[in-house]
Amino acid sequence: MICYEVRKNSYYDSVTLMLISKEVKNIEGVKDVMVGMGTDLNKELSNNLGLGSEKLDELSPNDFFISADVVDEAIMEQVVERVNGLLKEKKSSAGSDYRPVTIKSALEMMPEANMAVVSIAGQYAEDEVSRLLDNDLHVMLFSDNVSVEAELRLKQKAVEKGLLMMGPDCGTAIINGVPLAFANVVKKGPIGIVGASGTGTQEVSTLIDKLGSGLSQVIGTGGRDLKTEIGGLMMLQGFEALMRDESTEVIVLISKPPSPEVAEKILSKVSETKKPVVVDFIGGDIEAIKAAGAYPCLTLEDAAHKAVALAKGDTPVDFTGFSLSDDEVESIVNKKVAALKPEQKYFRGLFTGGTLADEAMKMLGQSFGGIYSNIPLSHEYAIENLTTLTGHVCLDLGEDQFTVGRPHPMIDPSTRSDRFKTDISDDVAVVLVDVVLGYGSHENPAKEVADAIHEVNKKLDNNVIYVASITGTEGDPQDLKASQSALEAEGIIVMPSNAQAVRLVQKIMDQLNKKGA
Amino acid sequence: MNRIDRLFSQDLKVINIGLESFSKDLKKQEVSVVQLDWKPRAGGNAKLSSLLDRLKSNK
Repeated sequence: MICYEVRKNSYYDSVTLMLISKEVKNIEGVKDVMVGMGTDLNKELSNNLGLGSEKLDELSPNDFFISADVVDEAIMEQVVERVNGLLKEKKSSAGSDYRPVTIKSALEMMPEANMAVVSIAGQYAEDEVSRLLDNDLHVMLFSDNVSVEAELRLKQKAVEKGLLMMGPDCGTAIINGVPLAFANVVKKGPIGIVGASGTGTQEVSTLIDKLGSGLSQVIGTGGRDLKTEIGGLMMLQGFEALMRDESTEVIVLISKPPSPEVAEKILSKVSETKKPVVVDFIGGDIEAIKAAGAYPCLTLEDAAHKAVALAKGDTPVDFTGFSLSDDEVESIVNKKVAALKPEQKYFRGLFTGGTLADEAMKMLGQSFGGIYSNIPLSHEYAIENLTTLTGHVCLDLGEDQFTVGRPHPMIDPSTRSDRFKTDISDDVAVVLVDVVLGYGSHENPAKEVADAIHEVNKKLDNNVIYVASITGTEGDPQDLKASQSALEAEGIIVMPSNAQAVRLVQKIMDQLNKKGA
Repeated sequence: MNRIDRLFSQDLKVINIGLESFSKDLKKQEVSVVQLDWKPRAGGNAKLSSLLDRLKSNK
């Protein structure tokens, strides 16, 4: 039977409710359940799950509902009780401080506020951010689903007022040493980053920390900043600020390839500073970067190495190898490949970080055949059917098709754990994964990966090779060493960076092809 | 002084609008944060919201 519980004018954020939905689904006697606000999307999702009703159709985005397919009413009572308990738990863990309802009253409480982090549903973001900028606050706009037109209006306003407007869809920033949203705890130091790609920026900042250097500021721009429509407004604004900042000695710029006229604008600005600038336009035009007097990069790891070398006053050199010796790498490859069966031919990349997935595909190229993806390098490799995968596949599990009604896999790793079950079969030779630590991320993503792989291996006849890298630092709230141990205990090879993990995969596939030839 | 330069020389003080976990993370790091008790304006009714805007601009 389908039962409903509706509470008018009770607002909770979507991530909280998605996590609660998942929790109450485990109650015995519950076939399916949806806990959410009465948004159009949630109504549609309820209909798709067979939980829809006219009752829900009347709700507004301010109304809270539970709709559940349960065996009897007593189970529904249990569901409601559990949801209430979880909501109370979430509320008390977030503190019992007074919460103002308007920006005006928040500013009365904290008149010296200088930054706002905004993560409300995208369609409401422009109004609120515009008001924040009017009040001279810098903004990190985490929300996605904000139109390009709104982004342009907000960024123009920010530039006019000399403010930061990081986003929309900005996941990472570290301002004055404070990680905002999804960011790692890194040492303070002489390197400043402006990044248009969240996990790319996290990878570079954590590697800089691991190499013994540190960060002055990490400014996010949101992924669309370097497209023609926005014109790199925030990258230019951030770059100019780092040019002036005395604590910043080396500047790193990270973005997927910008549109050509925006690249030209940014590089022309780059040529104005005496500070060394490292540019990773992941897969972009290297010659143009050199011509601007900046240092181009081969990978995110290479960007970190070059920035650290420059900060030390050394001449940067390309980093294209491994931290392990060649013999050690060869021994791992030989041992692992020898244990593969003839039918094991395929590569699977299952990523929570989009830029890391993109970097993996760009590095592997066509070396062992085309890689199918939901973010393909060319359209002939776009995956149409996500339920049955064939050939070599690399997925960005943070993309919309995997996150409708579910939190991002960096928050809730079960999205990826479910894909492990369906996407790793006996014809797969090697699986590549990322594990992203830091604030914002799940409390123990490495254990979730290890546990999920443990379960998958039980069902497989063959020994699949697993390769991982951890984007994280010793200072992160998750334990870096324990994360690595948890993965290694499950037989997963942990490499020091995404680039090195990809290179190991490349060697494994090369060896496999030699063996097959 | 440029507002970004000023920001870099100040302690970060944050207003968080949306996911409460971001507030929690900042509190853990002893960063001052005020969590807004945010709700969609006019109950998420776009028409009503634009009427409110018009009323406000006519004030």
